[in-house]
Amino acid sequence: MLVLIGVLLVIVGFAIRLNPLIVVTVAGIVTALLGGMNPAQILDSFGTGFASSRSVTIFVAVLPVVGIIEYFGLQEQAKVLIGRLAKLTAGRVLIGYLAVRQITAAVGLNSIGGHAQTVRPLVFPMAEGAALRRYGHVPEKISEKIKGHSAGADNVGVFFGEDVFVAVGSILLITTFVDTTYHLHLEPLQLALWAIPTAIAAFLIHGFRLLRLDKQLDKEYREYELTAQKETAGEAK
Amino acid sequence: MINVEAVYWLIGILFVAWASLIAADSNHPRRWGSSAFWGLLGLCFFYSTWVQAGTAPGWILGVAVLVLVVLASTGLLGHGKHRTSTGPEREAFAKRFGNKLFIPALTLPLVTVILVLVAPVLNIGGTPLLDPKNTTLVALAIGAVAAVVVALLILKPKNPATPIFESRRILESIGWAALLPQMLTTLGILFTKAGVGTAVGTLASGLLPKGSLIAGVLVYCIGMFLFTVLMGNGFAAFPIMTAAIGWPVLVQTFHGDPAIIFAIGMLAGFCGTLCTPMAANFNLVPSALLEMKNKYGVITAQVGTAIPLLAVNIALMYFLAFH
Repeated sequence: MLVLIGVLLVIVGFAIRLNPLIVVTVAGIVTALLGGMNPAQILDSFGTGFASSRSVTIFVAVLPVVGIIEYFGLQEQAKVLIGRLAKLTAGRVLIGYLAVRQITAAVGLNSIGGHAQTVRPLVFPMAEGAALRRYGHVPEKISEKIKGHSAGADNVGVFFGEDVFVAVGSILLITTFVDTTYHLHLEPLQLALWAIPTAIAAFLIHGFRLLRLDKQLDKEYREYELTAQKETAGEAK
Repeated sequence: MINVEAVYWLIGILFVAWASLIAADSNHPRRWGSSAFWGLLGLCFFYSTWVQAGTAPGWILGVAVLVLVVLASTGLLGHGKHRTSTGPEREAFAKRFGNKLFIPALTLPLVTVILVLVAPVLNIGGTPLLDPKNTTLVALAIGAVAAVVVALLILKPKNPATPIFESRRILESIGWAALLPQMLTTLGILFTKAGVGTAVGTLASGLLPKGSLIAGVLVYCIGMFLFTVLMGNGFAAFPIMTAAIGWPVLVQTFHGDPAIIFAIGMLAGFCGTLCTPMAANFNLVPSALLEMKNKYGVITAQVGTAIPLLAVNIALMYFLAFH
């Protein structure tokens, strides 16, 4: 039970907003010491942990192409393109992306999108472009909200799409674990099938929230205009 | 065969290249600290090859990783001012190139997906061309390189190193968050080695009133959710919550359908992934990548979906799995 102190350190560290790198490192060292590891073993774990987890840093390989196309105005062009489609709002752009992301992940194509690959160069500029067309100007508060939801649409889409595909890591983890531990014989297809109701629910819930996002943005923009008016009125005095 | 290690070396080379650019930038406010951080990170990517193969000691890499943490958290890492295209320049470029700008952006996913799909039949004399254990990673790296080549051909920048200069701008805006996902994975490994999982499992089964089906479903799903929030992914939570409750209580005592219970249990965990800074690659790296003021802005956007969806999972498991 003593090892749970490490978990507590993480919660407190994140809550008081210390640098997450420090929080994670200190929590790791404390937990390992409480669990009876010696300093040499701990250093070794940090090394082998780094070496075996390099795959999560793959997004770095995508940065050069994103960098050059941004330099030549990709985000601006995405805004121009969306600006022509009058019916599109930020929420509707994101629902469209959510649907594409979820369906492609469900057929095993979850490498088609991602935060570096699609969200930063394409999805966010398009959603922001739609807001720009609607309001004529995008205040920072609204831009922040669109950024959060652009990344959110990607996450929700891929999490609740990929589990419908049989050969995905989480499904294989379930079958390997329960088959070896409990001598069951679960077919990946059965598990994928039972992920469908949740996938539909995820789309409905998140899609509904994205529709409401447009109304929230409208409201925030009105408030923004009101305060801006007050400020100019104040200056006029 | 194109091994996944080649991909990691490509990443290592990129880090070293960015570090040299920073070292050469005399206007950089944290010139030496920053170039040391990215350069050392790049070297770690090379050295890891031998650690992974078991031919070099891991503790040396461990020391290097701790040095990285110190550099990043003591303010020695910072970001420089970048000369990039201005707003009006970008608008002029956008007018000139129009929708051609999307071609490199679409090359990346297209090449990746095609390679993933044809990988099983791509082989030279029976040896697969792409590392079969890491097809997606290798395909993504090749897609990224192909996209850069396509971009250079279409856009013809004056300086062919433009992709490296411009990606340095993005990398520096991500900053230390680039290292966080790997550190969290390491923390997960240390937690598991130290027995955090078993302790949580004991705690969860201690909370469970005997003989109540709804309580069992609730503790299993909410346990998956909370444990995933703590560990940052459902994979670590699943074996522990399943050993504590999923198998002995829901399957053995209440005779639930294991496929339904385990599939939905995992998805309850995914709801937790949407809510936690511990899942840095999904929740913190994107906010850095999009240069958000609020680091937790992505989580804020997701919580409103995660909580109702957790409730849906609980209901689905309760009504579908037990007949």
